[in-house]
Amino acid sequence: MNTDLADLYQELILDHNRHPSNFRTMEDATRKVEADNPLCGDRLCLYVRLEGERIADISFQGSGCAISMASASLLTERLIGATRAEAEALFQAVHELLTAAHPSVDEEALDKLMALAGVRQYPMRVKCATLSWHALKEALRSGNSDRVTTE
Amino acid sequence: MSVSATRFGSHSSEQAWNADTVRRDFPSLHQEVHGKPLAYLDNAATAQKPRSVINAVADFYRRDNANAHRGVHALAERATTAYEGARERVRRFIHARSAREIVFLRGTTEAINLLANTLGRGFADGDEVLLTAMEHHANIVPWQLLAKRSGVKLRVAPITPEGELDMEALEGLLNQRTRLVAVTHVSNVLGTVNPVQEIVRLAHRHGVPALIDGAQAVPHLEVDVQALDCDFYCFSAHKMFGPTGIGVLYGKATLLDALPPWQGGGEMIRRVTFEETLYAEAPWRFEAGTQHIAGAVGLAAAIDYLEDLSRDAALRHEQALLEHARVRLGELPGLRIIGHPGKQAAVVSFVMQGAHAHDLGTVLDHHGVAVRTGHHCAMPLMDFYGLPATTRASMAFYNTIEEVDRLAEALRHAREVLI
Repeated sequence: MNTDLADLYQELILDHNRHPSNFRTMEDATRKVEADNPLCGDRLCLYVRLEGERIADISFQGSGCAISMASASLLTERLIGATRAEAEALFQAVHELLTAAHPSVDEEALDKLMALAGVRQYPMRVKCATLSWHALKEALRSGNSDRVTTE
Repeated sequence: MSVSATRFGSHSSEQAWNADTVRRDFPSLHQEVHGKPLAYLDNAATAQKPRSVINAVADFYRRDNANAHRGVHALAERATTAYEGARERVRRFIHARSAREIVFLRGTTEAINLLANTLGRGFADGDEVLLTAMEHHANIVPWQLLAKRSGVKLRVAPITPEGELDMEALEGLLNQRTRLVAVTHVSNVLGTVNPVQEIVRLAHRHGVPALIDGAQAVPHLEVDVQALDCDFYCFSAHKMFGPTGIGVLYGKATLLDALPPWQGGGEMIRRVTFEETLYAEAPWRFEAGTQHIAGAVGLAAAIDYLEDLSRDAALRHEQALLEHARVRLGELPGLRIIGHPGKQAAVVSFVMQGAHAHDLGTVLDHHGVAVRTGHHCAMPLMDFYGLPATTRASMAFYNTIEEVDRLAEALRHAREVLI
């Protein structure tokens, strides 16, 4: 397989696409954000239960390509139990990883999320990977807007 | 359309088609993508341009560039002649009665917006516009905007799972409140060739005018607007091997003359004072401001190019590509082709179980195969099939059997990579 393609579709990404973690609705969510990418039809709904400054639970539902599904799955795995500040910092790190020309990120801290690094070679696909992260940012914001788009 | 009945399904090979010869006319086809020769199968999005079109546009800017209808000097004269000559060229191309029935606009989308904002202005609360379930957003959203403004209701004729219009249901939806039937000639997702002549006849029987969206039809089929007897027909140059940013609205002269102006500005007027303006007659009334003159010149060159081909042989070749694609894709495990209309232009949409269209698109791109993935600006049609997205391969006469084979092989590889 072409190496770029192998970087993009790593086994970790494909696994999370086939069996996404925390792929469920949440009855007692305190925030629910719908996000879509009108360009390709990816749609997801992110559920967050905030207890004070802590993310007590986070889950998602929806449909999309392997990149967007895996990204959302990894996001939820990583953030259950995290504080709002930690989540915001992680958003910044992932955003830099995916969009910066020369990202300087802490690879160890990003851990499994480094699997998303291959997306950087595919500018048309970056929005697939960032969809759930923009939903997260919206969910953590105060205020009541509940729709996000990455077109 | 009189030609379609004889042409579709006829596979005689009295005139051999040499795609390799035709390909030499298209510089952009000869390049590598990710180290593989480009197989451009995204023609329904936009077609590649022959050298003659590229040269016509470049030559206009090199030699004849001036504003049309606005000067008495030599270049202005040449630009005007070229622009109005292109209008006459379009008239002959679609067999309109008069060049005055040809309005130059930015494309199909602008043509439908023009009608929604002029013809639609005469529609009242409760009046109906009849569309179909397979329309492109360009033939939905302008009417929705009108509906919001004026209380006009949109009615939608259903389709069958094969992707054909339910003609009985369509006829049943025509009623005294119907003010317009607006239907696509060829579906951009399914390739369905709709029986537009029959639809126009039904509409007229109810005293309703018919608009045909021909964006996907003109690259494949010969169109005769008088034989169709449609009231309006629109298309874009870029899908028929011409430049982007230029397209055509055809309207019967009596109907165009009755429409109010749309955009105001220069060259659409007869006389202006600060109290009142007398508007020019159609089509110039609808061409406010400096037009895309080079685009019109390029469109005329594209028509010349198309008509210099044997269009019969070109269509037969496209149909052979389509048939080959249906067979080869049908062999792939987990792959499902969407729709199977009786008459189909060389457009085929499909889904692969366990692999999202966007991921397929990326893998295919690595094989040099360019396709469209997503909802194809036809979200209601996607909803009908319960699909968020499909992959679409759309062929032109310059594509080859070998390219279709490469598509099939790339899909086989995509299955290995993704599933």
